[in-house]
Amino acid sequence: MQFMLLFSRQGKLRLQKWYVPLSDKERKKISRDLVQTILARKPKMCSFLEWRDLKIVYKRYASLYFCCAVEDQDNELITLEIIHRYVELLDKYFGSVCELDIIFNFEKAYFILDEFLLGGEAQETSKKNVLKAIEQADLLQEVYEMV
Amino acid sequence: MPAVSKGDGMRGLAVFISDIRNCKSKEAEIKRINKELANIRSKFKGDKALDGYSKKKYVCKLLFIFLLGHDIDFGHMEAVNLLSSNKYTEKQIGYLFISVLVNSNSDLISLINNAIKNDLSSRNPTFMNLALHCIANVGSREMAEAFAAEVPRILVAGDTMDSVKQSAALCLLRLNRTSPDLVLMGEWTARVVHLLNDQHLGVVTAATSLITTLAQKSPEDFKTSVSLAVARLSRIVSSASTDLQDYTYYFVAAPWLSVKLLRLLQCYPPPEDGAIRGRLTECLETILNKAQEPPKSKKVQHSNAKNAVLFEAISLIIHHDSEPTLLVRACNQLGQFLQHRETNLRYLALESMCTLASSEFSHEAVKTHIETVINALKSERDVSVRQRAVDLLYAMCDRSNAKQIVAEMLSYLETADYSIREEIVLKVAILAEKYAVDYTWYVDTILNLIRFAGDYVSDEVWYRVIQIVINRDEVQGYAAKTVFEALQAPACHENLVKVGGYILGEFGNLIAGDSRSSPLVQFDLLHSKFHLCSVPTRALLLSAYIKFINLFPEVKGTIQEVLRSDSQLRNADVELQQRAVEYLRLSSIASTDILATVLEEMPPFPERESSILAKLKRKKGPGNLHPDLDENRKERSANGGTVAASPTPSTDLLGLGSTITTQNSAPPASKGTSLLVDVFSENIAAFPVETPVAVGPVADENFSREGGFINPKIPDMRCLPLAPFPSRFVCKNNGVLYENQLLQIGLKSEFRQNLGRMYVFFGNKTSTQFMNFGWPFTVPYCAFFLTVSLQLNVHAKPADPTVDGGAQLQQILNIECMSDFVDAPVLNIQFRYGGTLQNVAVKLPITLNKFFQPTEMTSQDFFQRWKQLGAPQQEVQKIFKAKHSMDTEVTKAKIMGFGAALLDGVDPNPSNFVGAGVIHTKTTQVGCLLRLEPNTHAQMYRLTLRTSRDTVSQRLCDLLSEQF
Repeated sequence: MQFMLLFSRQGKLRLQKWYVPLSDKERKKISRDLVQTILARKPKMCSFLEWRDLKIVYKRYASLYFCCAVEDQDNELITLEIIHRYVELLDKYFGSVCELDIIFNFEKAYFILDEFLLGGEAQETSKKNVLKAIEQADLLQEVYEMV
Repeated sequence: MPAVSKGDGMRGLAVFISDIRNCKSKEAEIKRINKELANIRSKFKGDKALDGYSKKKYVCKLLFIFLLGHDIDFGHMEAVNLLSSNKYTEKQIGYLFISVLVNSNSDLISLINNAIKNDLSSRNPTFMNLALHCIANVGSREMAEAFAAEVPRILVAGDTMDSVKQSAALCLLRLNRTSPDLVLMGEWTARVVHLLNDQHLGVVTAATSLITTLAQKSPEDFKTSVSLAVARLSRIVSSASTDLQDYTYYFVAAPWLSVKLLRLLQCYPPPEDGAIRGRLTECLETILNKAQEPPKSKKVQHSNAKNAVLFEAISLIIHHDSEPTLLVRACNQLGQFLQHRETNLRYLALESMCTLASSEFSHEAVKTHIETVINALKSERDVSVRQRAVDLLYAMCDRSNAKQIVAEMLSYLETADYSIREEIVLKVAILAEKYAVDYTWYVDTILNLIRFAGDYVSDEVWYRVIQIVINRDEVQGYAAKTVFEALQAPACHENLVKVGGYILGEFGNLIAGDSRSSPLVQFDLLHSKFHLCSVPTRALLLSAYIKFINLFPEVKGTIQEVLRSDSQLRNADVELQQRAVEYLRLSSIASTDILATVLEEMPPFPERESSILAKLKRKKGPGNLHPDLDENRKERSANGGTVAASPTPSTDLLGLGSTITTQNSAPPASKGTSLLVDVFSENIAAFPVETPVAVGPVADENFSREGGFINPKIPDMRCLPLAPFPSRFVCKNNGVLYENQLLQIGLKSEFRQNLGRMYVFFGNKTSTQFMNFGWPFTVPYCAFFLTVSLQLNVHAKPADPTVDGGAQLQQILNIECMSDFVDAPVLNIQFRYGGTLQNVAVKLPITLNKFFQPTEMTSQDFFQRWKQLGAPQQEVQKIFKAKHSMDTEVTKAKIMGFGAALLDGVDPNPSNFVGAGVIHTKTTQVGCLLRLEPNTHAQMYRLTLRTSRDTVSQRLCDLLSEQF
């Protein structure tokens, strides 16, 4: 995977994760172009599209779009389920997640993503194991806070 | 604002985010942010030392501001400080900030690396994971230098926790992607392969990704992973859906891992060991069988996960391309999906079938779905799905269905989305040419293209139809008749006017017998479009008019009248004015004979790869097209035509951008001579003394701009030293080889396998004005001979012993390469000029690389062969300074011009170039691989050649390294 973007129906970026080295300028341009392209698509359209030399896989959950860019030989359907598993993880962690959770706890959204995906590849696909890791970290944080 | 859920809350941060959200306008938001930035800056600069919590909070705010899209130019130091905090939450925020914002502040890198080093050696798995995540997220060269050796050690150490192993594996994967040269194989590689046997499926998942990436780089080192991957896959596929507990996803056993294992297997050919191969076939069959079972859940996640594995299995089957039954089963399965109610599946089925279409085993099976695909083209509501349908139709097209497919694509074109029209036009043009049984159909198709989508018909397309009409006598009359009829439409596209102008100018005589298309009618028809056209088209029409004067003397007066009118002779556009003046003058002064010579019918174009194909390739990348390319090549050679002389796509075929001068007319002095140096070195092959006036698409190759008329000042030409050929000829086949005040030698050559043909043009430059054409002056060529070697056979046909002033002599050389060679043959010319005997000797640019045939291959094949050619004497490497600017496109063109296939996406580092081809000699064929690594900082290149013969490696390396 080359990058993942979360953005709202209004086109506001809520999370961006880049797995390839790109300059700030390029990132902004890519995000702008893609957000526009995807928002212009109709609801029943297919979840995949060719974009430059990448394949874009996206899905909308309530007010948020989750969008991944993968390479030509990557598997679109499994990427779609990567998105879904990430949504499940957020949902489990926040307890029926909504856009606001991700806005106010953006750092948590990044931490969960890092436990799940690393370097653009799935690191741990078990929901239990990912959440365990995050909860352990939260615990660690509380213990330290008390010291 | 929701209650902050878990862990610690940072109230200040939540308040700030709320404030931003409440801002009514962009300005208000910027104001609020600036206020916050000022506040944070003063806190960071203040005398009071900040506690860890505040530091964390402010760093987090800065991060938030950055993620909103604003620039952040401070706070890095504070973030780095957080890294060494022993409070987990502070460390975590520090790492997040560094991961997101690191590129801006490289002077901190040693501090960051230090903190990472400490955490890696902390033996605290949570801290180690944070550090590994950071390396993986940043992945910079500096980090690779610091940790590329350390991470593998952590990965394979016996006491490393599972979660750390997972992070370490993917961290290494990222480092290998960004700096493959720093990740060195070692004794750890064998142990990494064994992670495929690990009990923990999470570890196996991460390790599989890593091994796949590394196996692409050095397949040999990871060969043993094949049997382990098959074993693992087989266990997953045959497990009950509950066996794998949390790794079962909506009743599908470990879908991610299955997909990755199938991906890994695609790095290798089918297993040689029969047992392993059998087991793999069994797995693939099971996966195909499962697709027919009723779903275990109605949830889309279930079917997605199941089909993800299925599609990956089909990819593997296609990759192996060796089991006809599996291929046909795959095709049938995809056929079912073509009519599925899920748009996603229809999309993927179309996409996957495209690759199936290129396999000889399944091509026919794919073709049976033609009606469904055509239907998809007509009825799909999503343009991206329709696009896939177009691709598939293109891929499944062959002689048997070409007419139907082209007709469907044409009719779709009328309503097609603007975004894909140009591509469809290119595809139709290619198919129409490739499968044309009779060329009248081809001409009709292209004219329809212009009619339906004129704006999307690129120049390449209409150049091509003209090239084909010129080269095929049997279609010329039909073409003239058809364009004549098409031009009668009240509104026709300018591209049609161009094609019409060109074709009537050449072949209008073929239909002039009919009074309905008499010369005058033809001319009036063309001229009625003149005023609606742009300057380049008008220029072309003027050339068509002068051709008319030659074809039809009876309309000479009418046309001269037009040329003489103020709107032509005094046109504000220099190009139009010059043409009008020159053509008018030419038509009044030259005798019929001269006119007939100058305005003779265009000679046939050398056969070469269609420039349309090149354009489509540029548009789409090579992946989608290579089967067609190969086929195209095969067909051409089978037709007995000469094969593509130069794979370099010719751009700007029609040199209308600058003056096209007729023979011997003096160049306007004002036109930039300084430009010429560049133009000459890169992209112009000049043949200024070519006889016919180029009115169209030949300009680039047959006709120069002013270029050919610049005389290099060579003071004494009687005893010239042996002139080496300009090094640009290594990568191109046409151009001016030699020039002095009297003589110009031009070349045009084509090579196929170990044979070549070279047209040598001797131009006598000694009459400077067209009007002096008949000046009684002849140059007898009394001697013309070649010095050649045993490795190269060169035969020349006897030539005419005289060359008239201003005229040109063509000499054809047939070349045969017997074995690999270094020395180029020498061309010696002697002639008498004004009583003195003149001697010229030049080396002919016949170099070993001319006998290259490009070979397309996949990344995997490439690296496999690369490894096979690993013996030290097979490799020649050269590191050298760049002599020209390091432009990627120019480099690509040079490598293709050199003759090798340029392989995209093969080298893990996209800035490198790799190429492959075969050198053909009569005695042997030598496979060659090459890799060029530019280093723009140092302005250096490293060139590596690997071939099966040391002398070939050396010679090719020497030749190619001179080009950059």
